[in-house]
Amino acid sequence: MSQRSQVVNLYKTLLHLGKDYPSGYEYFRVRLHNAFMKNKDVTDPEKIKKLIGHGEYIVKEIEALYMLKKYRTLKRRYYNNN
Amino acid sequence: MARVLVGVKRVIDYAVKIRVKPDKKGVVTDGVKHSMNPFDEIAVEEAVRMKEKKLVSEIIAVSCGPVQSQEVIRTALAMGVDKGIHVEVSGPEYETLQPIHVSKILAKIAQNEKVDLVIVGKQAIDDDSNQTAQMTAAVLDWPQATFASKIEKGDKELTVTREVDGGLETIKCKIPAVISADLRLNEPRYATLPNIMKAKKKPITKVTPKDLGVDISPRIEILSVEDPPVRQAGVILPDVDALVTKLKEGGHVP
Repeated sequence: MSQRSQVVNLYKTLLHLGKDYPSGYEYFRVRLHNAFMKNKDVTDPEKIKKLIGHGEYIVKEIEALYMLKKYRTLKRRYYNNN
Repeated sequence: MARVLVGVKRVIDYAVKIRVKPDKKGVVTDGVKHSMNPFDEIAVEEAVRMKEKKLVSEIIAVSCGPVQSQEVIRTALAMGVDKGIHVEVSGPEYETLQPIHVSKILAKIAQNEKVDLVIVGKQAIDDDSNQTAQMTAAVLDWPQATFASKIEKGDKELTVTREVDGGLETIKCKIPAVISADLRLNEPRYATLPNIMKAKKKPITKVTPKDLGVDISPRIEILSVEDPPVRQAGVILPDVDALVTKLKEGGHVP
């Protein structure tokens, strides 16, 4: 996969994740867009690779955040007696 | 190898604030975000993990409800389920659909599809019935392993750790069996975008309760749905004497 399509895929994945973001999709989308635009002039393939790696790390973090939020909410609702 | 049936229910998303309809006959569902019942996600995840460990050959997800229920079947397919069955129940019939009906539907499908395991979430976060797994086991006359927090699958039997009041209970039961998933069983995976796309190619069969020969005539009538009582506002008192008077008025001290 070319680096360009890797970046596009990463952006799409993050946008998809943003739909469930606690502060709202719009909040997430603006920040996501800014984060990508900040690095739009990066041309060094090594650097781009690093940035994609960072993006993938963020994907993992957001998934973990959602899971934890759901788990904690359910635990509070159904298991609050101990 | 074993075949697994998982039950998935479409419920109002856990993060949404529930509002009661003005006529007190139900809750507002129009334009409200729905998603898969979190306990059913845990059930799906467990089935998918069994498949990844090559203990299971095929996973079927079934959901009873209106057309939109197909969305949660899609989510299950994206998580790794092989095929879906949508039992269409809509409108007033869906409002009075009870675990007794769902369990008969699940039992019928379990027999038709010749499955060896039925895994469902222990309860749905909308009606909190916590009955479907138990009733399904009863209808099928299979053993039940409810509130599972750990499942080890052998060839002919299961060892299941159950969450009971104040501790854990480990039981052994024969296969076929019905399992209900508790919160600590596993951490469900997130359905990724590429997997959601791939899931669109997986088959979903549509059936009606009538096709299955299950009577879903209502057993109950909803009389009224009420909000839980709101906490009353507190007051700030100027001194101890006023506090004592207030407490006496309220009958909290003699």
